Amino acid sequence: MIQLLRTLGHLTVDGVWQVGFATRFLFAMLRHSGPSFARFSLTIRELYFSGVLSLVIIVVSGAFVGMVLGLQGYDTLQRFGSESALGSIVALSLLRELGPVVAALLFASRAGSAVTAEIGLMKATEQLTAMDMMAVNPIARVVAPRFWGGVLSMPLLAAIFSTVGVIGGWFIGVVVIGVDNGTFWSQMANSVDFREDVVNGVVKSFVFGWAVSLIAVFQGYDCTPTAEGVSRAITKTVVYSSLMVLALDFILTSFMYIGK
Amino acid sequence: MNRAILDLWVGAFVALGFAALMFLAMQVANVSEEGTRGETITLRARFEDIGGLKVKAPVKSAGVVVGRVAAIRFDPQTYQAEVEMKVSAAYPFPKDTIASILTSGLLGEQYVGLAAGADSEMLKDGDRIEMTQSALVLEKLIGQFLFNKAAEGGSK
Repeated sequence: MIQLLRTLGHLTVDGVWQVGFATRFLFAMLRHSGPSFARFSLTIRELYFSGVLSLVIIVVSGAFVGMVLGLQGYDTLQRFGSESALGSIVALSLLRELGPVVAALLFASRAGSAVTAEIGLMKATEQLTAMDMMAVNPIARVVAPRFWGGVLSMPLLAAIFSTVGVIGGWFIGVVVIGVDNGTFWSQMANSVDFREDVVNGVVKSFVFGWAVSLIAVFQGYDCTPTAEGVSRAITKTVVYSSLMVLALDFILTSFMYIGK
Repeated sequence: MNRAILDLWVGAFVALGFAALMFLAMQVANVSEEGTRGETITLRARFEDIGGLKVKAPVKSAGVVVGRVAAIRFDPQTYQAEVEMKVSAAYPFPKDTIASILTSGLLGEQYVGLAAGADSEMLKDGDRIEMTQSALVLEKLIGQFLFNKAAEGGSK
C-alpha cells in the first residue's frame, strides 16, 4: 500500500517536473530563436526535412481520405436523396477536422520522430555538449531551427492535405459516381465559410504545429543519452503528440464552433 | 545537400502550400460571393415568424441570389422578428415588394424571397419592406389541417 502511494507520488512529481521543464525549455528556445530567423538558411534546411519530405505522405493520405469521404458520404446521402450535399460534406469535414488533425498525426510520426531521433542521437554522441564547449548554444543552433521549421510547415501541410482531399472527393463524387459537377462546387461554396471554416482550420493546424514540434524537440533534448533512451524518446514523441493533437482538437473545436 | 536545390524545394513547398490555401479560399469557400458582389443596400423587414432563417441565408428573387441576410433581431416593441438584408445595389426593387420566407426543397435551408411589385418608386438604402409573409411552420400547418378535418367531421 505504502509502496503504491509512493509510486503514485513519484509519478505525479515526475509529471509536474516534466511539464515545468518543458515550459522552461519552450521559453529558452523562444529566447534563442533569433538566429533561426537571422540565419534563415538553418530554418530552410529544417523546412526541407520536415516539410518537403512529408509532402508525399501528406498528398497520398489526403487523396485517399478525400476519396473515402466521397464514397462514404455518397453512400449515406443517397439514402436521403441528397447527393448534391456531397461537396459540403467532403469540404467541411476536411477543413474543420480531418485536414488539420490527420495532417498533424502524420506530421508527428513522419517529421516529429525524425527530429527527436536526430537531436537524441546528437545528445547520445555528445555533439550537443561539444557545441556547448565551443561556445555555440545548441538550443539556438540545433533545437530552435527544427522547432520553427515544424511550426511553419504544419499549416502549409494541412492546407495541402485539405486541398488534395477535396480534389479526391471530387474525383470519386463527380468523375466516378457522376454527381453533377456544378452542384458539387456550388453546394460546397454555399456551406463553407471563409472565416468560420478555412481560417479556423489554419489556426488549428498552427496550434498543432506548435504542440508537435515542441514535444519532438523536447523529447529529443531530454532523452537518456543511450540507444535505448533515444528509441524510447521517439516512441514518446509519437504517442504524446498524437494524444496532444487529439485533446487540443477537442478543446479548440469546442471553443471555435460550439462555444458561440 | 546543395544550398540552391534546398532553397528551390522549400520555395516550391511554400508556393504549393499557399496555392492550396488560395484554392480553399477561392474555390471551396468562395470568398467573392456571387450576387452580393459590389455595392449593396440595406433593407429591413418585420416578420411574424422567421422559422429557421439564419444569418447569411440567401435573399433570392425569381430564384436568383440577389443578397444575403445580414442580421436578425427580436423587436421587443412589436414582438416581431426584424431581419436586415444586404441586397445588391445593381438590382433596385419597387417600394411595394413583398418579402416572404421560403424553404428550398422539403427539408432545405430557408431563404428570403423577394417578389417585386409594380410601384414606380424604388426602395432605397435603409428602407423597410412593409409587406411580409412569415415562414410556414410545419407543425402549425399539420395542426391546422387536423383541426379542419376534425371540424369537417363534426359538422357532418
